[in-house]
Amino acid sequence: MAQITLIEAVTQAMAWEMAHDDSVVVLGEDVGVNGGVFRATQGLQEKFGPLRVLDTPLDETTIAGATVGLAVQGMKPIAEAQFEGFIYPMMEHINCHAARMRNRTRGRLSVPAVFRAPWGGGIRAPEHHSEANEHLFTNVPGLRVVLPTSPARAYGLLLAAIRDPDPVIFLEPKRIYRQYKEEVPDDGEALPLDVCFVLRDGTDVTLVTWGAQVKECLEAADEMAEEGISAEVIDVATLTPLDFDTIAESVGKTGRCVIVHEAPRTAGFGAEIAARLAEECLFDLLAPVQRVTGYDTHIPLFQMEMKYLPSVERIVAAAKKTLAVS
Amino acid sequence: MSIAASFEIQHLRYLDPEGKLLVKEKDLPAFARDLDHMVELYKLMVSTRVFDTKSIALQRTGKLGTYASCLGHEAAHVGIGSAMQPEDVLAVSYREYGAQLYRGVQPREVYTYWGGDERGNDYQKEPARHDFAWSVPIATQCLHAAGSALAFKIRGEKRVAVCTVGDGGSSKADFYGAINLAGAQQLPLVAVIVNNQWAISVPRSIQTGAETLAQKAIAAGLPTIQVDGNDIIAVRKAMEDALERARKGEGASVIEAVTYRLGDHTTADDARRYRDHAEVEQARAREPVKRLRAFLESKKAWDQKKEDAWLSECDDWMDNEVNAYLETKTQPVTAMFDYTFAELPEDLARQRAEAVALESGEH
Repeated sequence: MAQITLIEAVTQAMAWEMAHDDSVVVLGEDVGVNGGVFRATQGLQEKFGPLRVLDTPLDETTIAGATVGLAVQGMKPIAEAQFEGFIYPMMEHINCHAARMRNRTRGRLSVPAVFRAPWGGGIRAPEHHSEANEHLFTNVPGLRVVLPTSPARAYGLLLAAIRDPDPVIFLEPKRIYRQYKEEVPDDGEALPLDVCFVLRDGTDVTLVTWGAQVKECLEAADEMAEEGISAEVIDVATLTPLDFDTIAESVGKTGRCVIVHEAPRTAGFGAEIAARLAEECLFDLLAPVQRVTGYDTHIPLFQMEMKYLPSVERIVAAAKKTLAVS
Repeated sequence: MSIAASFEIQHLRYLDPEGKLLVKEKDLPAFARDLDHMVELYKLMVSTRVFDTKSIALQRTGKLGTYASCLGHEAAHVGIGSAMQPEDVLAVSYREYGAQLYRGVQPREVYTYWGGDERGNDYQKEPARHDFAWSVPIATQCLHAAGSALAFKIRGEKRVAVCTVGDGGSSKADFYGAINLAGAQQLPLVAVIVNNQWAISVPRSIQTGAETLAQKAIAAGLPTIQVDGNDIIAVRKAMEDALERARKGEGASVIEAVTYRLGDHTTADDARRYRDHAEVEQARAREPVKRLRAFLESKKAWDQKKEDAWLSECDDWMDNEVNAYLETKTQPVTAMFDYTFAELPEDLARQRAEAVALESGEH
């Protein structure tokens, strides 16, 4: 069995589902002959033809609106935003139509679509190519917001997203697109949406994260282990609808929580998790919840972007701060 | 210098404002030579107007929320709806009632939606049942129609997606995006610009520098025509031609139907703030119902007795629809939650339980 990267797992999931379900189509800019600027759709047009893997005119509004139309007619479109910084023109169709169609029509029409976008910073890209803006979708009712963080989870979660009867925002952390390879059986097995994944068991502090920051959190846990600190690492994976129970259970055990994300802090999705901890787990907490996030600034151009993104050092410091309270 | 491209925009009209035929009888399209059929179209235009008048009365008496009147658009809307086949798909904005009633939307459903209840969008009768619901964000429905047309093309179905948009809506990127995609991919789409001269308070003259709205199609490589939108024969003929091209796999078309919004933008608007009474009166002289009636009367196909009988039937029908609407019980609070996702997520189920508890006084 071949070892594949996260982005190859994205391709593999789309290829599997397109081969097994004629209603699945891919559309976006450069997704056809070029296979996408990150090669996520590599080889798909050759296999499935130019109509099912459609190079659209260069207009994100067109991609999103046509996706809604396709989905209402019973297709299962996978729309690609070339970068998450270009998703803004799609938001009217995502928020006003894809997310609302089922509710608006009392179930008569629905939009089983996936909106994919390479997400986040850290690849030395130009302006508007490094956004982390998942929080702009997490308070839109009717959407699922999913971020895969390993090749296996990318494969299983994308299959689940395509099969889901409702719209899914699928944000792919491009910094870890090719971080490592692992064996991912091409067996069409989906992973469940709406659940968090506990990536590492621990007893002293819970690190809650999503997206590329999973890498830093696991490294921070390794580093702390050398000092005898046992950190549990949770990959939220599906931000909404949130599986808060898994987080609550972990914090019930550790009593300490650090939330790590690269989007700006204020009203980021970490604020929601912190609020839920305050509402539901206050008496389990041994120390105030900490957040390690991007600052409330625009992510800097690449010379300085690593100073913006949460680092292992910042995560370890925040965890130790929770441990200093006894 | 040489000419890289050139174009002209044709204007189509069969009936003048007095209902006089501008072409020879034999040059009329086949449907228009069938007087029984023309009477049917006229009756639907009249019933649409009766419905519209009733809607405004309901709003004025506090029984309906904000309502967008279709007064003056009857020929355009009925012309669009009547040309379509049941298997086609219609994507409207929010005042194309003449087209929607033709396709099976019931007045009680219109009232239910504009009366503040989502169930109004759950159209019960085919073919409306597979049409799009009202689309309030301007021009977005054009891309939904284009996406639908793309689905039909991918599946090899001989169906056509039809969208309607206003003169203001034709300024939006969504409109251009839809016709551009349709042109690039030869999609079975018909995009109708119902140019009623006013986008709330902004007149057509400052909406765009283009001489006609029909010519916007040239930029997308599509065939296009401007028609007198108050002449149902012209609207219907342009629709039939465009639908036939689309069904034959020859791609999309644009139609500009020139009409006039005789009423306010919605019941929340007061058009006296921005346009002259004289202009409205001039437009009223060109309105579509009177025009078709004059034509039918000249052919001895209609008279006052028939008019009175039909109005009476319309009144009965509307009474029935209004009663059905007024007797509709409000939705249970759970309905707020139950259509957010196909399956209620656990987290949302807890909020639903909160709302249910509050409703039953258990808070």
